[in-house]
Formats: sequence, structure tokens, C-alpha cells
Amino acid sequence: MPKDHGIGASSKRREDIRFLTGRGVYTDDMNLHGQTYAVFVRSQVAHGRIKSINTSNAASMPGVLAVFTGEDFKDVGGNPAGWLINSRDGTPMREPKRPVLAHGKVRHVGDAYAAVVAESYAEAKDAAEQLAADSDIEELPAIIDMAAAVANASNRVHDEIPDNLCYDWGWIEDNRAAVDAAIKAAPHVTVLELVNNRLVPNAMEPRASIGEYFPGTGDYKLTTTSQNPHLTRLLVAAFVLGIPENKLTVVAPDVGGGFGSKIYHYGEEAVVLAAAKKLARPVRWTAERSESFLSDAHGRDHVTKIELACEKDGTFIAFRTETMANVGAYLSNFATVTPTFLHGTLMAGPYKVPNVYVNVKTVFTNTAPVDAYRGAGRPEATYSLERVIDKMCRELGLDPFEVRRKNFITTDMFPYTTPVGLAYDTGNYHATLDKAIEIGNVAGFEARRAASAKRGKLRGMGLSTWIEACGIAPSHLVGVLGARVGLYDAATVRVNATGNISVMTGAHSHGQGHETVFAQIVAEKLGVPEASVEIVHGDTSKIPFGMGSYGSRSLAVCGVAVTKAIDKIVAKGKKIAAHMLEAAEEDITFENGSFSVAGTDKAKTFGEIAFSAYVPHNYPLETLEPGLEETAFYDPANFTYPAGAYICEVEVDAETGKVDVVAFHCADDFGNIMNPMVVEGQVHGGVGQGIGQALCENTTYDDTGQLLTGSYMDYAMPRAGDVPFYNVDYSCQTPCTHNPLGVKGCGEAGAIGSPPAVVNAVIDALHRGGHTHVKHIDMPVSPSRVWQAIHG
Amino acid sequence: MKKVHVTTNVNGDQVEFLADPRETLLDCLRNHLDLTGTKEGCGTGDCGACSVTLDGTLVCSCLVLGVEAEGKKIETIEGMASDGELHPLQRKFIEHAALQCGFCTPGILVAAKSLLDTNPDPSESEIRFWLAGNLCRCTGYDKIVRAVQDAAAEMRGAA
Repeated sequence: MPKDHGIGASSKRREDIRFLTGRGVYTDDMNLHGQTYAVFVRSQVAHGRIKSINTSNAASMPGVLAVFTGEDFKDVGGNPAGWLINSRDGTPMREPKRPVLAHGKVRHVGDAYAAVVAESYAEAKDAAEQLAADSDIEELPAIIDMAAAVANASNRVHDEIPDNLCYDWGWIEDNRAAVDAAIKAAPHVTVLELVNNRLVPNAMEPRASIGEYFPGTGDYKLTTTSQNPHLTRLLVAAFVLGIPENKLTVVAPDVGGGFGSKIYHYGEEAVVLAAAKKLARPVRWTAERSESFLSDAHGRDHVTKIELACEKDGTFIAFRTETMANVGAYLSNFATVTPTFLHGTLMAGPYKVPNVYVNVKTVFTNTAPVDAYRGAGRPEATYSLERVIDKMCRELGLDPFEVRRKNFITTDMFPYTTPVGLAYDTGNYHATLDKAIEIGNVAGFEARRAASAKRGKLRGMGLSTWIEACGIAPSHLVGVLGARVGLYDAATVRVNATGNISVMTGAHSHGQGHETVFAQIVAEKLGVPEASVEIVHGDTSKIPFGMGSYGSRSLAVCGVAVTKAIDKIVAKGKKIAAHMLEAAEEDITFENGSFSVAGTDKAKTFGEIAFSAYVPHNYPLETLEPGLEETAFYDPANFTYPAGAYICEVEVDAETGKVDVVAFHCADDFGNIMNPMVVEGQVHGGVGQGIGQALCENTTYDDTGQLLTGSYMDYAMPRAGDVPFYNVDYSCQTPCTHNPLGVKGCGEAGAIGSPPAVVNAVIDALHRGGHTHVKHIDMPVSPSRVWQAIHG
Repeated sequence: MKKVHVTTNVNGDQVEFLADPRETLLDCLRNHLDLTGTKEGCGTGDCGACSVTLDGTLVCSCLVLGVEAEGKKIETIEGMASDGELHPLQRKFIEHAALQCGFCTPGILVAAKSLLDTNPDPSESEIRFWLAGNLCRCTGYDKIVRAVQDAAAEMRGAA
């Protein structure tokens, strides 16, 4: 019988009640006494030199309180890149300063170069329009295409970077010669050139920030849409504005989705704080959706050539990739690691391929910054691998299921070190593939295909077997790789005098359900009801210094910190119990919320111990501090490696090229499961986004750098009618070997594994329909692209 | 610009506010009536986060002017639970975990209620097409559609 509480139960999400009654409190829902409104002036050209900005007209307009330009921030720090990546020749990446407001040049449409603060939003907006009219910006030729950007040394996004190249990275450089030789000598080589389409994350809540300054104390407060309030505080205080970290509180209240785009610090946050200080009044800003399209960090945007060398029976010999990754106009905080260590290290997949070499050239262009978006590098790796394997199977007439089986790392091989440097601790890739075949009823496909054919539709089936590295990340390892931060997390467990519990976490929930799942873990470990546990997150004045939520890390890193803090609580509780029960500490056992003397009926409840800790009348004060509150920091020993097998079935209308996803089956191994219902929701959401990438989403700039897909009328988000029900299984569980919860993380899986399954299914449908000349269609596999491929 | 006095009915309560004639109904609900459950996701009528009903018709409140509310009946997410009792849709959304970040949820609930008010037994396709005006980035829509189906069944007395 399924559990009804604690670890493994599908406990109902406690955060839902406030959201579905309209009582959530998101940043824009807050109204503060004396608040003022900021509006940003954004570049209308992709590339331009700022010749002059006349602020006087705007400054004298009704209600206007202050005007800021890049000049006002030229002496503060830049918004830094979080990782230093070295090129193949050992030289460090090019790292141009990213100013708070553009200064000297504007570098993408939407690049903010000025801001107006006024008494009302309408007044600020009017003045911002005036300021735009009073700005003399000389338009320069836009650098949009990556290949042209690198080839043309005279046209530069940043004047000091001659070839617009951030770095030319090889992984692993020592593999290069051997991979080249293996490909040369291989009996078969499949080559595939593909585009991993640029996406806009599109959290439904637009970014928003409120700055406050308290002249009496010199304290600042930033309320903002962040996935990681402490990281934002560190960046805005220590790196950009140069204010003491302890004088700034950052609050990320209810946050309406992030998907990566709210990890980063953005210039608007610094401006509202500086403006709040200048005016000594709260300054608020909320992005319009068009601003989100223009200025949120985008995702993906890789152009890749992948080569797969193999035996005639499909046994892999080597993979080699050459990728150009678009980083946009500036380096967003995680922009340099996403196409490198989050991508190249995954290029062995779940396969025992002997050798792999990855080359990535990361290029500046006059487009919005590109950074980590759900999956971040790992979807790009998975898509390249799973597409080229599918193409190879067609070329050699091999069964895609059998080829995966033949090449999978087997369970007796763990721990397994890949040729691209990761050490997989555990997994069972055959098991997830078998499960996917079972739940997807692969045996019944032919009948379903025939039924589709009767309706005039081409039916196809696509497979993707994926792996990711998450639970980001072991600090000692990422430090060697160039990270400028540690990636531990932290939790404080405070047992209150009356026995209920407050848990402060570094992880931030913006949809994931931490308030429910972390409470389940605490309840299980301490033998108390879930309802007596409160999870506190998102406020730097309340929580310990943690690194927030991204990279499927909340449970696998912060969740483990919670359990470590609980271990300390139990250890202290045993000392208190030993004193109260007049027994030796080593004779005390803790089970089901009760401290007892082993082999006797002498016991104290958890509540009695808590009360004693705060009312220490009968307490070993000479050897033990009163109180019952513990903090733990946890730094993972390794990444975690969730993996799985996805099967997609599509129907293609050959007349129109329209693709319908008619079935989607996921067999995942996430290790131990804390809350099945929450896990299902995470997978559903990821698969929905992956289907969106595969079928409809695309970000398009024209040659002049104008964003052609800057609204929901132009950027096709997946809607309820575009996706099917998903069939999700997580019963294959190989628990993570290096964290005590045995968990791996599930937040990004769906977005990683699904795009190649969809595209493979489309190609399969076309081949079964006789259109065997179609070798590949780039995402999004839109009706026009499918139709053109059929008729091409 | 001169403000306009608006008298309207929101969730059964007679209310008054002064609206700038350029303000949307969404702005008026959020800024003048402190009903912040209704969200702005796009401001162009493409995402449905601002869904409310106006005299029983489902609308995007970002596309309605505040002054147009004069003499009308408006229902928002804040009025969906009555006397502390959740609407069956709200209960089913909890049971199915049909929401994650919660930002699109008020609009989806208002839209789904509007569907069930007119069609108590919608097919899966009818639910998906009716809710196609409401973007959700978190859930992939699976649990939303199931929750609406389940709520509809319960409301028909067939659960």
C-alpha cells in the first residue's frame, strides 16, 4: 500500500492552496508606501554607438523623479561571468565587461541604456519614450550569424575582441588525435549537421524587481524574481554596486517559474537599488512580456556537426563534434559553462564508447544573452547523440533498440569513467529501455501504424536514451574546471520550543514543491507530522547561505543538507535524552519520534526533548548548549546521473506537414523518489517544453538583429491542444551511491530526453511512409519544414 | 488625464473605484481593488493569465478597459471559493497537483470554470481546445486536463 505521509508519499502540495485562491504573493503583487516606477529605455537597433543622450526633456516631464544612463554606472562593477573557461591553447576566455546600463555602445535590440523613474508607471513610460527620441545612436552593421561573426574581424560586438570569439574549447584535448585516427579508420562514419534551436524560457511571470533603501540604517532591500537570492545578493552587492553584502537583503517571494532565466543577476536589479537610494523611496519595475522576449537570457542556440564512427554492426568506436554556440551580446552568469562543461562532458551518453572529442567555439553576436535554460547543455548533447545514432541505424539498416542495447554501459561496469571525464556512479540503462518498451507497447506499434494509415496519417516511433549530470555540483571539481563559486547548499533546522519545526533552506522553490517535499523528509526523519514542519526559503535575512535552485540540485544537494542538519538534531537529542533518562548516550535509540533506552520502556518523545532544550531545568548545561537548532552545509562528492528511455509516437499529415504527438512514454531512473506526484509533474513539464522545442518554438532574428519572434503571436509556445497525456514511469531505481537520500534529481530530465525522441519519430514516420530521402529536419519540425522535406 | 468613477460588482460585492480611462480592467483589479490574484503574463491577450468573467463571459482583463466594467458583474479567482469552501476545480487541482509555480493557475481555473458552466461533460479535446488560450509553462498541461475532467465528473455527480 502506498505511504500516506513522509518519504515516498504523494503528499498534496501545501503551496497550492494559496496559489489557487489567488493569494500567492509574487513580486509585482506587492505595493509599498511611496513607491515609484522605473521604465527602461531599450535599444531599438542591434548594434550601435551611443553618440549622445539628452536627458533634459525627459527629466522635466510630469512626475519624473530621476533619469539614469550608462554614464551613471560606468564606475561600478560589471555583472560577472560565473565560470572562467580556457581555450584549447590555454588562453583564458575573452570576458568583456557587462555594464549595468549599456555605455558607449548598445549591443542587442532590447539592451537597456537608460532608465526613468517617475511617480506613476504611465509618466515613466512617457518620459522613457521621450528619452528614446532624444538619444542619438549611430547604427552599426549587426553581427547575427555565428560563422560570419568569427570570419569577419572588422565588425566587432566588443571592440576589444577581434573575431567575436569568447573561446575555442576542446574536451578532452588529449583525446583529439586518437578520435581523429579512429574516425579515419572506422568501417562506418555517420555525419549529421544540426541546429539546436534558440529558445526563450518564458516563465509565465515576467521578471520584476523592487528596490528599497532605508536611510536610517543604510540598509538596502531587493525583492526580485530570483531562483537564488543569495547568489543574486553576492553579485549585486559585492561585484556590481560595491555595497557590503550584509547591508543588502534579497527576497525572492513567490516566483512564477524560472527554467534558468531567473538564476542570473540582471542590470535592472542594480538600477532599482541605486534609484531607491537616490530617491529614498521604493522603486519598482516589472517587465512587459516584450521586454522578457528581448532581454531575458535565452537558451540553446547551437550549430553542430557530429560524427559517429562505428562497426558495421553498430558498435560505437568514437564520437566527434564541432559546435558553434551563440552567447549573445554579453556573458550572462552561467553562459560560459553551459555549452562547455554542461554539454561536452555528457557527450558519451549512457554508452561505452571508447573515445569522444568535443570542440565548442562560443561566439558573441548582437542578440540577447544566451544562458542555461532547463537542461542547459545536456539537452544539446543528448539531441546531437540521439539524432546521429538514429541516422546511423537507418544508414546501416540496424534496429535502434538493439543498437542502444549493444552499446549501453552495463551494470557490472559501475563506477564507470567516460572518455569525457565524468564518473557515473550507478545506473541500469537496459532496465529503463526495457521498461519504456513495455509501457510504450512497442509490440503493438504495427497495429497502431496501420490504424493511423487508415486515417491517412503517417505514424512513426522515435527513441531517445538519455543521461544527465545534475545535483550541481562538487565544488572541488567545478573549481578545477573554472567555477568562481562553490556549489554546496545549506539548511537550518530549528526545532521550536513547542516541538514544531522551521526549516530554512538555501534552495528556492518557484514551482518545484519544496515546501511539501522537504517537509516530507523532515517528518520522516524526525517521526513528526508533516503539518508540524514549515519550510522557509527565498529571504537572505532568514535562510543560510545557499546557492538556490537550478541544475536539478534542490533535492540532491539542499535536500541532503536538510538531512545532515536533522542528523545533528537527533545526535543532540540523544544527549539530552540520555541526561533525562539517566542512561548512557550510546544506549539511546531514536525511532518514530521517540528517544528510548535500548531494551527498556524508558522513553522521551521528540516534543519533550525539544521542550527540555528550551526550558533547560533538567539539562546537562555544563556540557551541552541549550536550544535545538542545527545548520548543515552539504557539498556533493560527485554529480548525480539520472537516466532514462523515452519513446514518442507521432502522426504526420503528409498533405500539410503537420505533426501530432499522439503518445509519449518516459521510463526514468531518478534513484529514490520522495514524492511521486511531484516527480510526475516535473517530468510532464519538461516533456512539454521538449515537445515545444521540437515542434513549435523558435527564436528568430533577422539580418539586422530585429527579433522577429518577440510576442506570443510570433513565438509559438506549446498550448494544451498541442500535447498529449504523458505516460511516466519511475520504477527503475538505482539509488545514487554518494548521497544519503539516494536521490538524483528530476527537474530537467523531460526537457533533455524528449526533443530527439520527437524528431526521431517524425523521421521514422516519413521513412515508413516512403519518404526515405529525408535524413534530417531541424527543430522546430514545423508543418512547413516537414512539407518541404517531403517535397524536397 | 481626468479619472472616471466606476461602479461595478466584483465577486458579488458592489465596489467603486476611480480609473484613468487608459487603465485596463486588469490594472484596476490589481491596483485599485487589491485583487492581485489575477495576473499579467503578456498584456496582449495571448496567455490567459488575466482571465476573468464579465457578465458571465470569459475575457482577458488586460484587453478590457477598467471603465468598461461600469454596471457589470465581474468574477475573479478571489471569488471562486465560497464561504471558505473550495470550488471542486480548486480541490481537484490540489489532488492532481495540477499547478506548479501557480502564476497561470488563477486564469486557468477561471477559464475552466467558465467551460464547465456551459459544458458540464467536455471531452478531452474540448478541454484542451478551451484552455488553449491559457499558457502554462510548468505542467505540460497533463494534470490540468485530468483535474478538469475529474472535477467535471464530480460536479455531474458521476464521481
